Amino acid sequence: MSARQGYAGVAVAVPVTVPYVRYSTRSAHWFIARALAALLQESGLRKEEVDGMCVSGFLLFPDTAVGLMQHLGVTPRWLDHIPMGGACGVVALRRAARAVQAGDAEIVACVAGDTNHVDSFRHTIASFSQFARDAVYPYGSGGPNASFAFLTDYFMRTTGATREDFGKLCVAQRANALRFPYALFKKPLTLAEYLAARPIAEPLHLFDCVMPCAGAEAFLVMSESRARALALPFARLLGTIERHNAFPEDAIQMRGGWALDRDALYEQAGVGPGDMDLVELYDDYPVITAMQLEDLGFCPRGAVLELLRSNTFTVDGTLPLNTSGGQLSVGQAGAAGGYLGMVECLRQLTDRALGAQVPGARHGLVSGFGMINYDRGLCSGAAVLAAGAA
Amino acid sequence: MTQPIRRPKRKNPVLPMRLPVLPPGTRSRVGLGLTAAAAEGRFALQVCGACAAVQYPPREACHQCLGDELTWREQDGAGELISQTQLHTSHDTFFRQRMPWRLGMVKLDAGPTLVVHLHGDVGSAPARVKVGARLDKAGMAVLVGFPDRDVPHMADDTQLREFTCDPKYRKALVTDGKTAVGQAQVRALVDAGADLVWVGHAEPWKKLPGLAELRELPQVSLVPLDVTDGRSVKELAGEIGAKVDILVNNVEVHRAHGIASRYGTDIARAEMEVNYLGLLRLAQEFGPVMRGRGADGQSSAVAWVNLLSIFALTNFPTHGTYSASKAAALSLAQCLRAEMRPAGLRVINVFPGPIEDEWNQLLPPPKLAPAALARAVIGALRDGVEDVYPGDVAQEWLARFRESPKVLERELAGG
Repeated sequence: MSARQGYAGVAVAVPVTVPYVRYSTRSAHWFIARALAALLQESGLRKEEVDGMCVSGFLLFPDTAVGLMQHLGVTPRWLDHIPMGGACGVVALRRAARAVQAGDAEIVACVAGDTNHVDSFRHTIASFSQFARDAVYPYGSGGPNASFAFLTDYFMRTTGATREDFGKLCVAQRANALRFPYALFKKPLTLAEYLAARPIAEPLHLFDCVMPCAGAEAFLVMSESRARALALPFARLLGTIERHNAFPEDAIQMRGGWALDRDALYEQAGVGPGDMDLVELYDDYPVITAMQLEDLGFCPRGAVLELLRSNTFTVDGTLPLNTSGGQLSVGQAGAAGGYLGMVECLRQLTDRALGAQVPGARHGLVSGFGMINYDRGLCSGAAVLAAGAA
Repeated sequence: MTQPIRRPKRKNPVLPMRLPVLPPGTRSRVGLGLTAAAAEGRFALQVCGACAAVQYPPREACHQCLGDELTWREQDGAGELISQTQLHTSHDTFFRQRMPWRLGMVKLDAGPTLVVHLHGDVGSAPARVKVGARLDKAGMAVLVGFPDRDVPHMADDTQLREFTCDPKYRKALVTDGKTAVGQAQVRALVDAGADLVWVGHAEPWKKLPGLAELRELPQVSLVPLDVTDGRSVKELAGEIGAKVDILVNNVEVHRAHGIASRYGTDIARAEMEVNYLGLLRLAQEFGPVMRGRGADGQSSAVAWVNLLSIFALTNFPTHGTYSASKAAALSLAQCLRAEMRPAGLRVINVFPGPIEDEWNQLLPPPKLAPAALARAVIGALRDGVEDVYPGDVAQEWLARFRESPKVLERELAGG
């Protein structure tokens, strides 16, 4: 494979969040509009100066990104729509960075947002994909809970992981979330409470599952020189990967595309997992966090239990993970769940954390994981970012 | 181990009856191939004609070689349970009412990974399983993971019973008890554990052979029923309609002859009057009340069985008018199936070849024994299949029909 071009000169800036709510009567369009308005407000840019748009939202239907442009009254010369669920943040950044490098756009607004009506999650999972409609939804209609229950059951049986191991991740993330203003979960969680929660889809219990909610996340991608001219604090992009339908020969998902591509990621980034000051892993269920820690090289293969048991994962401890609380404690605002870690990582690397700041954070890793099309998540991605001044 | 179900208690008339709801019934068009096979009791998956890869979920192209010659081939279902879950919550009304619900992920020996409803007697993963396809209450195929060998009371598994129409502890109406076919059906239902079997007879004043013996059975109750008489059908539906869980419509008029060999329309009219309009009258009187009881507890209304004929597929000229009446009945049965579906009731169409009775006297063997036909109906109820072609002749005709309806028509025309 030929050497990939790096991301020199690309700045990622202006992380914004439209505050999460459990339910909203607004539409996805409203949340995306608020996010774009917040980007302009924070950056001081005029709408016309944003000449690229990259949009994700499950509930835009019947619109796509195209209709949304007229809805928002913007006229970009570069537009992308990334329907990759939890991988949309990493993938949007990759696409936008290349557009900026190539000069196809100068400033790209990457936005993901969704609403959550009382009944919308049921409709989303009922019509999620053709395979889900044919071969998953008729089987108890458990949605992602049932799918991740299978992966968790298998992971526990083959690795020896216990509920306590997953509980540790959930409890640590809750501790991180308590200091993050937008987190919907505001009560401390103890391991005893985690273990005593009601079963949802065994072995998953209540605190293993993300809570659907409404909200939006966004950031801007532009050149470093432009960011400096605008006096915007920014992070640099060191390396990225994405992969779809990795390891189709595995009978059940026990690894994701990261296992295939992580060497390429760290080679491009020029830093390794040991250099990360914080890690933002896609976390709709703790099993996938554990899987990624292994796949992304934070421990040797087969050693994930030792890793889980020997770190605190809190902001003030070792291996700070999902420093705003992750989706498990902030909430999953549809496609915005794929941006949550990215936006938090940008805040940490620009020393503007809304919650607890990882002191002197220089390198951060953000992952994405999306689309349980049938029996496994198909999209995986990751990005390594560095503080702008580093 | 599955506990055998018990005879349901007498219904408390004060309590509201649970209304029928269906599990998710939307499938892609290609996905309906699974349903088409399951409707006949087969578990078939797409197999690539070019590279022989077996695949699931159903696709428009081979996931291995991108070939598009995909044919549905029967599978033995052998595989290993690699993961499992017990659902305690669901987004769907049907399943919410039936929690907890056990599911498994199975690696089929033939290749693909399947999500299945998991029978209670399958042990924890890893465990050997045998996967089969069943129709659910929506009439759509779902996959079920069974223990790899039979265990006692398997059919009584509460999840499995949602997919089947097992006669055990259910009440049935057989619309005609005067024929050998009808009497064998009544005995088979009694043997299968039916709680009560009402047996219709159109001319109660006639002392027909066998009826007196049937009457001796404690589960059997003879009732007057003349399907050519709207009032008779209405009266019986008013009396027992709200209790019938399984209706077996086996009443028929069958006379040999085609068009030229029996001049006039009297016989053809009698055949239509019973075989077609009789079904229509029964459906109009019993259909609505059975639809209302589609989720009425452990022994809800579940099935409607039509005795058709393999001659319904293609006209058999020496039994020409009979064939025409059965073709009409088949078409009406498809309409009935569509109308019963919202209540989760299964319409089972039975297409026997010539039966060993007086009206097929001139036809050469093999002919289907009434007891074998009755067994096939019980099997269809237990497995919840929709279309049954019992016997060698029916199977052969079906194969020839599927190969080429035109060739079969020409062959049957003789000469």
